[in-house]
Amino acid sequence: MNRIVFILPVIAFIALIGFFGVGLTKDPKVLPSQLIDRPLPAFDLPGIAEAPGGGPGFANVALKGEPALLNIFASWCAACPQEHPVLTRISDEGFAVFGIAWKDKPQDAREWLAKWGNPYQAIAADEAGRTAIDLGVTGVPETFIVDKMGRVRFKQIGPISPEQWEGTIKPLMAKLRAEA
Amino acid sequence: MKLLLPLLLLMIAAPAILVLPVAPAAAVLPDEMLADPALEARARSLSKDLRCVVCQNQSIDDSDAPLARDLRLVVREQLTLGKSDAETMNYLVTRYGNFVLLKPPVEPATWALWLGPFAVLIGGGAALVVWNRRRTILPTDAPLSETELAQVAALSQDEALR
Repeated sequence: MNRIVFILPVIAFIALIGFFGVGLTKDPKVLPSQLIDRPLPAFDLPGIAEAPGGGPGFANVALKGEPALLNIFASWCAACPQEHPVLTRISDEGFAVFGIAWKDKPQDAREWLAKWGNPYQAIAADEAGRTAIDLGVTGVPETFIVDKMGRVRFKQIGPISPEQWEGTIKPLMAKLRAEA
Repeated sequence: MKLLLPLLLLMIAAPAILVLPVAPAAAVLPDEMLADPALEARARSLSKDLRCVVCQNQSIDDSDAPLARDLRLVVREQLTLGKSDAETMNYLVTRYGNFVLLKPPVEPATWALWLGPFAVLIGGGAALVVWNRRRTILPTDAPLSETELAQVAALSQDEALR
């Protein structure tokens, strides 16, 4: 009995250290999305205008019928050029990638795409940032994986690395394509 | 040597004393403010309880981040639409989750957080009381009995013979 009294705090302490240890491996910047398994919020955004890679914008209903990626980017975003080749590759592999230029001047977004190339099927401008708030965006880049029904199934915070695409998102896209 | 401890304490306390009175400056810009002072006051008090999701340890009232500004404008827009404080907070919670609230709500998932310290206090206090009671049960200053005195005498004699 007496021994337990002395061992218990030690066990409690080790458990606490364990919790803290696990906590250290988690990125506090990554917030769970409130949209998982819920439909995309309604939006209808203008495009970044009639320049190379411009064209009309799109509404949330555009992401229906086929699983797609909805990528939030900006010309002022430091990590976006790092993600860009991966998006180009995703697009080349035959997946629909939609882009929302967040809090960006259409002119800047156009120049950015002229410089890096345009992997997007359509680009919408969210200059005021209201659609981003409806989506629960906390920064750029962020990517939503949307299924055939227009529901969000996965959210990537930060740039998609080639490993994440191959290991996580591509298999998910294949699974979503196979869904009825 | 006697001076060392107060000196050490002062060194620890001084930065705290210097830092404490400096209240964080609000980041609200004049162009964001509502004309109605009552609504603006409500917006300010709500903003103080909403976390800036970019900078995370600041409220949107304190943060200069562009997204914090956007959220301040959303709060004001909702209030102008005639929404209640709770509805306005809920508007943001449905988008960003409970993480936007600087004060987590009391719900089953956060019971451990809210009640844990009290449970530890009560549990620890109870354990302390039990332990203390057990300890005092032992008779400490009862006088020695006849046989015990005899044993002591015998043992002392043994000791003396050696």
